[in-house]
Amino acid sequence: MSRLEANRPAVDLPDSLDAPVFAEPWQAEAFAMTVALHDRGLFSWAEWAQALSAQVKKPGAAADGHDYYEHWLAALESLLASKGLAEKSDVDAMAHAWERAAHATPHGKPILLENDPEFSSAR
Amino acid sequence: MSHDHDHDNELDPFAARVRALETILTRKGLIDPAAIDVIVDTYETKIGPRNGARVVAKAWSDPAYADWLKRDATSAIESLSYTGRQGEHMQAVFNTEDTHNLVVCTLCSCYPWSVLGLPPVWYKAPPYRSRAVIDPRGVLEEFGLTLPAEKKIRVWDSTAELRYLVVPMRPSGTDGWSEERLAELVSRDAMIGTALARQPQQAGEPA
Repeated sequence: MSRLEANRPAVDLPDSLDAPVFAEPWQAEAFAMTVALHDRGLFSWAEWAQALSAQVKKPGAAADGHDYYEHWLAALESLLASKGLAEKSDVDAMAHAWERAAHATPHGKPILLENDPEFSSAR
Repeated sequence: MSHDHDHDNELDPFAARVRALETILTRKGLIDPAAIDVIVDTYETKIGPRNGARVVAKAWSDPAYADWLKRDATSAIESLSYTGRQGEHMQAVFNTEDTHNLVVCTLCSCYPWSVLGLPPVWYKAPPYRSRAVIDPRGVLEEFGLTLPAEKKIRVWDSTAELRYLVVPMRPSGTDGWSEERLAELVSRDAMIGTALARQPQQAGEPA
């Protein structure tokens, strides 16, 4: 039977009450930002569910669900862009600035946007 | 990911995009980074299936509460200070001798956060979302739950506005148990419907 069976390890997860819900910190941050923005009334939860649904139903979603928060993030970005709250080009530019900043930050030190070699406070 | 700069930090592209959104939204005054941390902490440590287990144990112990939960789950659950953040309504669906209830969200992953925390990976994954409606009995068997053929299975498809909590049947041999002890028999999966409540003799086993 099928896809669920191929996915055996995922359904055989122990019924633990304490399993971590986020695999990586950025997933928790993306989740919390969504909750916070909704709390501020910037979108309704129905709008959010629609945006998330549009992402997760795209072909190619992993059967084990490991890419779920990647879809979540894509949904958040598309909703914020459609509301004019964060344009994709701005997010792209800022993400690259963070990547450059990370690269320029010595290991073990906190990554700050100011560490981006191209940083200008006017940004 | 490149590792040619061993002593530098790397941000993976998703982490970088999340930071970018945080920066942009913080500068616009739309989010407060401290509030984001509080939300993460709340969902990682404070809200989880123990909330739902307390609701179920109270319903098992207190017929008036069970009746309230049946009629108006949103209010009955809020009375224990478990409040949904998305303005969603809750419906409690009670397992009986005749009918077993199973919850899914075919659309995305709507889930009763206030009582169960965040959903397990399999709940969000495409196979469960697509198959729970088509073949619930087969899905339950893959969870190790084989129900008698005559038992009906009712599948509830969650939405952004309405989320479901399964109230499993109270195991026999638990007369006189405190709500705290009863709650230990109620697993997250039992409240989604992919398991039954634990039997008293299983109570001491690791959850």
